[in-house]
Amino acid sequence: MRPLDPRLSRYARATRTYLAVTVGLGLATTALIIIQAAVLAHVIAAAEQDGAGLAALRGSLILLAVVIALRAVVSYGQELGAHLAAAKAMSQLRHALMRRAVALGPSWLAGERSGELALLVGRGIEALDPYFARYLPQLVLAGLVPLAVVITIVSADWLSALIIIVTLPLIPVFMALIGIATRQRMHRQWRALSTLSAHILDIVAGLATLRLFGRAQAQAEVLRRTGDEYRRATMTQLRLAFLSAFVLELLSTLSVALIAVSIGLRLLHGTFDLETGLLVLILAPEAYLPVRAVGAQFHASMEGVTAAQRVFDVLETPVPAPSGHVPVPDLNAAEIRLDAVSVTRAGRDRPVLDGLDLVLAPGERVALVGPSGSGKTTVLSLLLGFLAPTSGTIRVGGTDLAALNVEQWRRHVAWVPQRPYLFSGTVADNVRLGAPDAGDADVWAALRQAEAATFVADLPEGLATRLGEHGAGLSAGQRQRIALARAFLRDAPLLLLDEPTAGLDAESEAAVLAAIERLSAGRTVLLVAHRAASVRSAERVVVLHAGRAGPRRALAVGGPVGVTA
Amino acid sequence: MSALDTPLPVPAARRGLRADPAVRMLAYAKPAWAWLSVAVLAGVGTLACGIGLLGTAAWLISRAAQQPPIFMLGVAIVAVRAFGIFRGVFRYLERLLSHDAVLRVLARLRVDVYRRLEPLVPGGLPGGVTSRSGDVLNRLLHDVDSVQDLLLRSVVPALTGALVVAGTVVVDAWLLPGAGLVLLACLLVAGVAVPWVTSRAGAAAVRRVAPARGELTADVVDVVHGCSDLLAYGAAQQRLAHLDRADDELTRLSRSSAVSLGLGSGLTTLATGLAVLGSLLVGVPAVRSGRLGEVVLAVVALLPLAAFEAVAPLPGAVQQWGLARAAAGRVFAVLDAPQPVHEPPRPAAVPPPPAVLAVEGLRVHYPGRDEPALDGVDLLVRPGARVAVVGPSGSGKTTLLLSLLRFVEPTAGRITYGGQDLAHCAGDDVRRLVGMCSQDSYLFDTTIRDNLRLARPDATDSDLRDVLARARLDHWLDGLTDGLETRVGSLGAAVSGGERQRLSLARALLADPPILLLDEPTEGLDPEAEAALSADLLAATQGRTTLVVTHRLDGLGDLDEVIVLVRGIVAQRGTHAELAARDGWYLQAWRQQRGELTPLVG
Repeated sequence: MRPLDPRLSRYARATRTYLAVTVGLGLATTALIIIQAAVLAHVIAAAEQDGAGLAALRGSLILLAVVIALRAVVSYGQELGAHLAAAKAMSQLRHALMRRAVALGPSWLAGERSGELALLVGRGIEALDPYFARYLPQLVLAGLVPLAVVITIVSADWLSALIIIVTLPLIPVFMALIGIATRQRMHRQWRALSTLSAHILDIVAGLATLRLFGRAQAQAEVLRRTGDEYRRATMTQLRLAFLSAFVLELLSTLSVALIAVSIGLRLLHGTFDLETGLLVLILAPEAYLPVRAVGAQFHASMEGVTAAQRVFDVLETPVPAPSGHVPVPDLNAAEIRLDAVSVTRAGRDRPVLDGLDLVLAPGERVALVGPSGSGKTTVLSLLLGFLAPTSGTIRVGGTDLAALNVEQWRRHVAWVPQRPYLFSGTVADNVRLGAPDAGDADVWAALRQAEAATFVADLPEGLATRLGEHGAGLSAGQRQRIALARAFLRDAPLLLLDEPTAGLDAESEAAVLAAIERLSAGRTVLLVAHRAASVRSAERVVVLHAGRAGPRRALAVGGPVGVTA
Repeated sequence: MSALDTPLPVPAARRGLRADPAVRMLAYAKPAWAWLSVAVLAGVGTLACGIGLLGTAAWLISRAAQQPPIFMLGVAIVAVRAFGIFRGVFRYLERLLSHDAVLRVLARLRVDVYRRLEPLVPGGLPGGVTSRSGDVLNRLLHDVDSVQDLLLRSVVPALTGALVVAGTVVVDAWLLPGAGLVLLACLLVAGVAVPWVTSRAGAAAVRRVAPARGELTADVVDVVHGCSDLLAYGAAQQRLAHLDRADDELTRLSRSSAVSLGLGSGLTTLATGLAVLGSLLVGVPAVRSGRLGEVVLAVVALLPLAAFEAVAPLPGAVQQWGLARAAAGRVFAVLDAPQPVHEPPRPAAVPPPPAVLAVEGLRVHYPGRDEPALDGVDLLVRPGARVAVVGPSGSGKTTLLLSLLRFVEPTAGRITYGGQDLAHCAGDDVRRLVGMCSQDSYLFDTTIRDNLRLARPDATDSDLRDVLARARLDHWLDGLTDGLETRVGSLGAAVSGGERQRLSLARALLADPPILLLDEPTEGLDPEAEAALSADLLAATQGRTTLVVTHRLDGLGDLDEVIVLVRGIVAQRGTHAELAARDGWYLQAWRQQRGELTPLVG
């Protein structure tokens, strides 16, 4: 893991300025440390050896006061700059990341990835703050201060300089050696720890089931034993981690002690002067301080580096081919034709769609039924341009869908998914999603058409009622009707419906079906369903089985839907 | 460390300072105090070695410059080297001891929380019965874990810092009283004033930033989870622009917290410098007037450089105290929660089956709710009878099941079996009589065998194969390379929704309870799987006393009775044929569900 990934400054431009500022302030700090040590040594030596008073030392003391004030200012500036730069860099990364996510589209975001991404944009990126504020400045100082200290004391006392030159590099060398020697064990320990912690979680999460079978008491004993094992495993791991801290501490303090004793002995023989001795004593610990700090901050900051690397992985994922520029033909006249369309998802052996042929004539209402996993939703993703066929073509009035301008194409499509997403914002904002300029009267009209006007009017603030995260406060049926209102307001010639009544209670289902009936009038409709009730209004039913279309078939009363004849 | 192995009493809720969750948690950790004190002493030793090293070295160099005979320096030379070595040793000991003691407290706390939690699940968690109780438990474990920060990152460094500051100031004042005062003043600024001011400013900034952060998080979640809807409706760019505005606002607001953090850092540096300067201003005249030996001036002047290491962790300690205190508060909320069910001190025996199960005037009113969940329900289930409970969601169906399992105490009325009031029987005995298979039965992260044997630890493999066959999982099992050894659960092999429900049915059948409760056993399955499982369930429960809660009305014709619960009251009862012939909720729902089965047009 690199301490400073060059991609960070590429994707977060704020990093560049910050690095320049940090190096500048680091140089200033280094200079101030050395001046302060020299002045201190001079004052103490003068007072101790020559009995100098405050008056005689006035100049030096004023200089010392100035240096102290400047160090305070530099330290303020460094901390302030670090947090400002971190905030700016995090903002830049979020900006780039969100745009990339949208460009990669829903098929990339599917599954676990959307949750992971939300976590990365939130807590993950936040971990960069300690990296900027604690780690980077110490890293710069660790490069500057030891060098300056050695240069300062080498002419006055080459022996002390030599001790520093020899011991300082030993710190990273020893830490790396310990790291290599214990990596295997650390890794095993880490795995054992995560297994144990998962086990504890498992017991607690299944508590209700344990009680049901009268096993909860017995598990308390298991939990105690597991907890004990967990503690022992943690301690084994910590002992290794503390060991490297011990070596770090030992090397840095012991070398200062050696330097002090060697100076003392040489002073005793009169081969050395007090002021230089004090200067070396004050400076020597300063050489080790930033190195120790980098070591101490390393693990905490690596969280930020890891998060940043995951951000870069996303930013470097290639986006699908850009959309074409051909204008969209009139859907009232153009038919939509899928020819031998196959889709194979990355990492799957079996295709989701396997040579599907399907024609949607203008104004036709087609229902697509089939068991779960038969590829019904994939067909809608293709028509929405979220996904491109692996082979085969989709033509709209003879033009390949891929050649059309995708944003313009979507303007001709209204989509009601199985679980519509309601955004944080008002009811009106949510209905206006595809028509931001629509007036309140239009929004109400759409809500009435979608059988949603009654419950929206009953909400505490009507259209202006805010819907929380995930539209909390509305039932599944109500959310579905808000989505239908969205589609009414969109007023598009092609309507795509994805199991719009799945999981609804009987009353909501009836309302949603009535609204769909109304919405379908005069439009080309493709309805995906596995419930027979929702395909009643379809003129044609296509049964999909394992990615292929079966023959047209009327559904028998009471028979399970979606079995190919 | 044997004191730590005896059970810890959970301190009762108290008033005043002792009601503070952080203070209560410290009281809980009492058995660890001895070892934590040793850890604090080792921490003091660490810092003292650092200060001692610089102080002794300063004296050594100043004294050596006077060229005394070497034996005058012998002690100082040994001391300097010893300080150099022991600093690392003390640090190592401090960390090891404090972590070990705290991890012991944690292990103990986890078990205590589990024991207190046990009677609360699933009926009495703070916040009531929710489908997200798994989340609640998950977060609770996190809160338990963050108690370690209270001790490791707050109490131990704060005590260590305070002791070292006191010791250093005393030594400094003994050398030169004025220098001691200067050092004390500067350490107080850096160790008390700065953490206090920055933590206050930080808290204020968090309050101001929190809404902006919330807004940004909501926007991020919207874009990530609503990406399809945004793209389909051409609203993605507009939403991204909204997100950028929220982001800018957050970045702007975080500036003020950067200023307070910067001021904190600057002030600490200033205080360190001023302590050195002040010591010189006091020390130099003292040397001239003879109140301070000349070789001690270096000690007095350099002591502050090392002493400030003691106060460096204090701002962090203050912050950790606040965070861990909040976590401890949430843990105690669980530990203090009232027990939803009272176990009788001398439990009566459950009458042997077969006998009649009777629910008489059952009323359950959850604390803090306006309406009772059940309001006078009567029900009679004869041995071998199968009864369905239906009704709109929220009508009290689940509460009825929880009451039958004695997970919830009746507010009024009683449940009897063979005339014995089950409230006088032990909960575990009742649950040997009444078993349940529900949609959220938990599969543990272990083998199929272990998951099933939970219901009957002495079951043989042929027993297991038998119940799996009755749950129609025999073919599935044959397809698994590891058979009964196959791991299921969160880290195990993927198990489909239908297989999961069937496994939990098999487990319930293995327990072989005289009375079986089925809670929406087919919920969340697709129609084919739902139809198949419903049929199998009816077959598997033939002849067994069964109570099934369902929303699926077809197939109820075979059952002995159907109860319609609406808002906690039995609105209708009878057989399926009777109810389907009468006006009411049942007929309405039945028609709606049949509606989906009418022939297609065209």
